[in-house]
Amino acid sequence: MEEVDVEPTITNIPAISDGKHMGFAWGPGDILVYETRYKASGASGSGCSFIHEIRKDEDIYSPILRKLFNESHHIFVGLQTIREDLPSKSKKPQFVSISKNYRSVIRACMEELQQVAVSTKNTELATQCGNQVSILLAIELIWNLCEVLFIDAAPAGSLLLHLLDWVRLHKADVDEKAREVLQSESPAEHRDYWDVVVSYVLQGRLEEVRQMLVKQANLQPAARSMYKQMDTLLSKMPFYNPGGTQTLTEFDVKWRHWHEEVDRCLQDNSFASNRHLELICKILLGDEDTLLDHKELLGTWYHFLVTRLLFCHPTVKLTELHYYAQSCMTMFLDSRSVPEPLDNILLAAFEFDIHQVIKECSIALNNWWFVAHLTDLLDHCKLLQSHNLHFGSNLREFLLLEYASGLFTHHSLWQLAVDYFDHCPEFGRVYLELQIERVPLETERKALKVLRVCEQRQMSEQVRSICKIMAMRALRNNRLGSALSWSIRAKDAAFATLISERFLQDYCAKGTFSDLDLIDNLGPAMLLSDRLTFLGKYREFHKLYGEKRFREAAKLLLSLMTAKIAPQSFWMTLLTDALPLLEQKEVIFTADQTYELMFCLEELTSSLNITASSTDRPMQVCMSSHGLIPFHTIRLKAL
Amino acid sequence: MESINAKYVSQKISKTKWRPVSHSDLQLPEIFATGSWDNEDNRISIWSIGSNLSTGMEDGFEGDPQLLCEHKHDGDVLDLQFLDQDRIVTASSTGAVTIFRHHQNSQVLAFEFLLVDPEVLLVQTISVSQLWARAHRYPCDNAPCTGVVCSSPEIVTVGEDGRIVVFRADQEGVVRVIENADSSTIHAVTYLRTTEILTVNSIGQLKLWDFRQQSNSPSQILSLSGDRVPLHCVDRHPNQQHIVATGGQDGMLCVWDVRQGNTPFSLMEAHTAEMWEVHFHPTNPDHLFTCSEDGSLLHWETSSHSDMPSFLQGGRNSSMVSRSAMAPAGGKQPLISAWLSGDSSKGRLETTHMLPSQTLSVNSLDVLGPCLVCGTDGEAIFVNRQVPV
Repeated sequence: MEEVDVEPTITNIPAISDGKHMGFAWGPGDILVYETRYKASGASGSGCSFIHEIRKDEDIYSPILRKLFNESHHIFVGLQTIREDLPSKSKKPQFVSISKNYRSVIRACMEELQQVAVSTKNTELATQCGNQVSILLAIELIWNLCEVLFIDAAPAGSLLLHLLDWVRLHKADVDEKAREVLQSESPAEHRDYWDVVVSYVLQGRLEEVRQMLVKQANLQPAARSMYKQMDTLLSKMPFYNPGGTQTLTEFDVKWRHWHEEVDRCLQDNSFASNRHLELICKILLGDEDTLLDHKELLGTWYHFLVTRLLFCHPTVKLTELHYYAQSCMTMFLDSRSVPEPLDNILLAAFEFDIHQVIKECSIALNNWWFVAHLTDLLDHCKLLQSHNLHFGSNLREFLLLEYASGLFTHHSLWQLAVDYFDHCPEFGRVYLELQIERVPLETERKALKVLRVCEQRQMSEQVRSICKIMAMRALRNNRLGSALSWSIRAKDAAFATLISERFLQDYCAKGTFSDLDLIDNLGPAMLLSDRLTFLGKYREFHKLYGEKRFREAAKLLLSLMTAKIAPQSFWMTLLTDALPLLEQKEVIFTADQTYELMFCLEELTSSLNITASSTDRPMQVCMSSHGLIPFHTIRLKAL
Repeated sequence: MESINAKYVSQKISKTKWRPVSHSDLQLPEIFATGSWDNEDNRISIWSIGSNLSTGMEDGFEGDPQLLCEHKHDGDVLDLQFLDQDRIVTASSTGAVTIFRHHQNSQVLAFEFLLVDPEVLLVQTISVSQLWARAHRYPCDNAPCTGVVCSSPEIVTVGEDGRIVVFRADQEGVVRVIENADSSTIHAVTYLRTTEILTVNSIGQLKLWDFRQQSNSPSQILSLSGDRVPLHCVDRHPNQQHIVATGGQDGMLCVWDVRQGNTPFSLMEAHTAEMWEVHFHPTNPDHLFTCSEDGSLLHWETSSHSDMPSFLQGGRNSSMVSRSAMAPAGGKQPLISAWLSGDSSKGRLETTHMLPSQTLSVNSLDVLGPCLVCGTDGEAIFVNRQVPV
């Protein structure tokens, strides 16, 4: 057996007392736990009669996160339709924009949760929302990094710019603090002033730094030249322009010149009289000790990493990242003993170990939404090709199946899951087949929607099963017409026969047909079963008779028997129906037809004598709309 | 498409309906109601797209529908109609018919010691004002009520039990029941005239019922020939009451002339799956809107009074020419409707997709003035305030 990656978490079920034996059953998204009747020797007391439902994923029931599921479903479907055969160069911008769409959905959700957390008076809800916000924040952080490193995979130069954006986006508290400082009466004297300035420097936002410094310079006319010098240094720092004509080497040369200039300023003590400016100067040189002195402004090791790269290695390549990442993490975290799961995930990403990222995320997060969608996107980028699991299909499909199965357990989100199953080539269909049959069908409208899903995928077995459920339900409620419609839709001949029998029984009992609107309009559906054909034809006979088209009626009646369309049990009724035609003044049956009629009667009586010579069959009374002739009269006339 | 607003609402929407605007002031529709389905707790909700809300919602940019109030609804909301400005009738999958009342009370918040203007707050609430439980039922079970139509105070409902029930909003009891009105499920109902209603059923029939007659059988049955395709929705032309449009399971749009013939006047391929709703534009009936299980919302436009070929009428993107399957039967009426004049000189009928790509069913739509609202199984509400009509 393989080792587990992490120790499983223990869930305590409050209602269960110690020492009881538990049984359980797996469900697609939960487990059912119950107390067994087994009793340890000496134990007493009655068992608990509850079944406990234990769920790992509660997020699916959050109304706000439902928006995430619905919106991302739409993006997912769009991603699947990107054509495989396009050259990868033209696909990459599409993948990046899809990745951005996913992230903006996460952001929207986060903002809404944040708003609820702030505005609600319910503390429990506020905590819950707060937790979800922090999870989404982490998810977005990881996703964004994966987008930069794997999907966009920017070349040297641009790579650092993307990483800077990544850090700026996730360290937005600087702007909040800056706003506070700037709105105060005298910003330059605010106690957070220098924190804001240094934070801006650490993020490489030098324009903002210069604007802030002007305020300070105005307060210190004596030091104006020093501020002027710093301003020049800041304004001269080169940034790579991916759209420009400059080559990376040219940029590198220019950057080195600037770096040397900063170094000179530090060496000749240009800023020695102002510790703040000297600090900035040291940061611009990328001095590790200075950076590490400002851990609380950096906040995280990956901010440290990006700042260090910005001021020491602006032309870093993707393949070199892992080296810097590892060392920055070690340097930054030395005081703290263990890195958190998020640290490990990000480090794995910097190390380009996609599978490790996905694995760690699967362990750390309590739902499959993130890993399923990210893995799917990475798979489309052809980054996961070589990896096959030793169970199930590949990683992408495995995760999508897990996510979709979770959705299917939800009473309302099951519709989304269908599209996910569709895009799992190996097992998706089997999963869908098993799940779709178990969707509860409260109304015909819902049944129609489920049927549409099945019919679009040629799942004839499931179509039959659903129609049968609906037909049985209609039958139970004595809605023969509906029941027949459902069995016609399922092309279920056996069931159609059964219902036709019921119609004929009703006719024999009441003497009139019910549900004429349906029977008169069977059309080609009539051919589904022999009994249904007979029902339709027999009704046609009544119609012809009612319209006084006796000859056609008689011909049809006779053919029902001679062509063996009518079941023999019904022949007596048919023969009875023939009587009024025989009694008409004009001759309706030709001689040949009369012979055939007699022959039918003989056939019937002989078979009746064999089967029921002794027992009196219940008298079959037929009071059809056109005649009231009890059974015995026909016997009298015939004999 | 830029003018379309989408809002995710965390519930699958089964019905959307604009609150009627009073004729006296030429207002734009501002408030609509939605009903949800297939949720553990279904709800009926009232939304506003008005910008001058004084309920203190500072977020929500211009045009985003804002929730005013909501109320729990037992069972799926299978249909929903405004009885008048404040009352809503719903049809439930439990067989119940409910009237909800939407209250808007202006409350003046008195700030005794403040020198600012007192803030006027509109307090929006919704409550049940009348309930007919088990209006539709089987002998020992509930039957879903599938459709409701009302012309205040009269309310007519239909259901899977094949019954037609007539209520009055001011009476507790049932006014009239037609048992066994249909052997199959009745999917929708609409008024043809004040005393006549139209129902469509799951075996492709359109039935006319005249309430002046005591008989419990339809005064006329029209049907699709042959293939018994279930019909899901029906709407009547607002001015020419003999013209009726229906939508069926195969996504086909049928236009009927109930005065003549028992078969549809024309059949048009519209959607690839069930058409859930069809609506003529109430004031500009040359325009028609349909929505479907296939996730699309179509705008149909027929050019009535111009003989201009359609390619001169301005380019609208993604438009296609629909096939008109049947030729007209010698139209000699003096005033012929565009929907019946269809000698299908090609291009008389233009259709436009109104939603961006959508995969899940559009269950309901409503159009009033230049405003259109629709709701989907993707748990989104779309509002378009600039429908080109």
